[in-house]
Amino acid sequence: MTQAVALTAADARRERPRCLAIVPAYNEEASIAGVVLDLQAFDPELEVLVVDDGSSDATAACADEAGARVLPLPLNLGIGGAVQAGYMYAFERGFDVAVQVDGDGQHDARELARLLEPVLAGRADLAIGTRFSGPRSYRAPLARRIGIGMFAVLVSLRVRQRMTDTTSGFRAVNGRGIRLFAADYPHDYPEVEAVVTAARGNLRVCEVPVLMRPRAAGRSSITAFRSFYYVVKVLLALFVGLFPRQPVLPD
Amino acid sequence: MPVQLFAALASVALLGVVIELIRARKLRERYALLWLGTAGVILVFAVWRSGLHELSRALGVAYPPNALFVLAMLFVLVLLLHFSTVISKLSDRTTTLTQRFALMDERLRELEGEPRRVLRDVSSDQEPEPVTELFR
Repeated sequence: MTQAVALTAADARRERPRCLAIVPAYNEEASIAGVVLDLQAFDPELEVLVVDDGSSDATAACADEAGARVLPLPLNLGIGGAVQAGYMYAFERGFDVAVQVDGDGQHDARELARLLEPVLAGRADLAIGTRFSGPRSYRAPLARRIGIGMFAVLVSLRVRQRMTDTTSGFRAVNGRGIRLFAADYPHDYPEVEAVVTAARGNLRVCEVPVLMRPRAAGRSSITAFRSFYYVVKVLLALFVGLFPRQPVLPD
Repeated sequence: MPVQLFAALASVALLGVVIELIRARKLRERYALLWLGTAGVILVFAVWRSGLHELSRALGVAYPPNALFVLAMLFVLVLLLHFSTVISKLSDRTTTLTQRFALMDERLRELEGEPRRVLRDVSSDQEPEPVTELFR
């Protein structure tokens, strides 16, 4: 364990908090290298962890070549399991802050400073990059806007705080958030439910307006067929989840 | 009565299969008990006709063997629900194992300083089906 000691000593010399970028990726060989390079260009100190969710293409090799650390899952777990593996890594290695960035290139690394600001300033434990609030809003297709709006209303009621874009996967958390999500993170389509998990874990949540790009490559995992399952699953999680499955970690 | 004869034979066969599966250690005892219970109840009512008549009268079923099948059906439904919870639990455990494996694998490679070579089971490379995830 000499290495862990050495890391801690190096951290003590360094003023800034250690930050990990968690990038879940499933068959994103076309866009993953660009995402990694963007993140490193934003901040060379940022450690980039690509969680390869059992891809059948060259996602892991592309990420490795671009200079990211790669966590290859031997089985496809879905985004929730992949992201949680990233939080487990962050927790084990003692990172102070983690950001979650999609592997498809729709999250702009230049927006990271804005996203990280409330977390680094200690005003929030979880910051969610939202496409809707603020002056630079984004227009999704109508059906998706309705779904996102419905979740926003329900989650707002659930967490007693106004939320506008609970489906965004562009997020930053501090050590408390890392600890909570490493221990308890929802499955399947986890973004909406994770906000509720955070509220139950007494995390302070805030939204930050950010600019997002259209997908660089690939297509959304949410096809028409799965939309129905998505909506039902999240509604179930929101209503049944009113009664906690398990006690949330004490501090 | 042929239906009752059939039910009796089927439940005896079921008992035999369950006992053989336990003997071959292919069935865990907790599930074996459920199946033994099912087969036992069907057998008892198939043989004990007056008991079945009492039961069907109590349930308001005109044709006694139907009461038997209704009972069996209910039991199977409960069993299926139970299996759904077992599947959910198993997939949660698979998730945790997969995550832990990946973290340890990463740490091992880091400690050994080996270049990354990813060899993967090709059978797991298909698009995952969301069907089993409905039970979570």
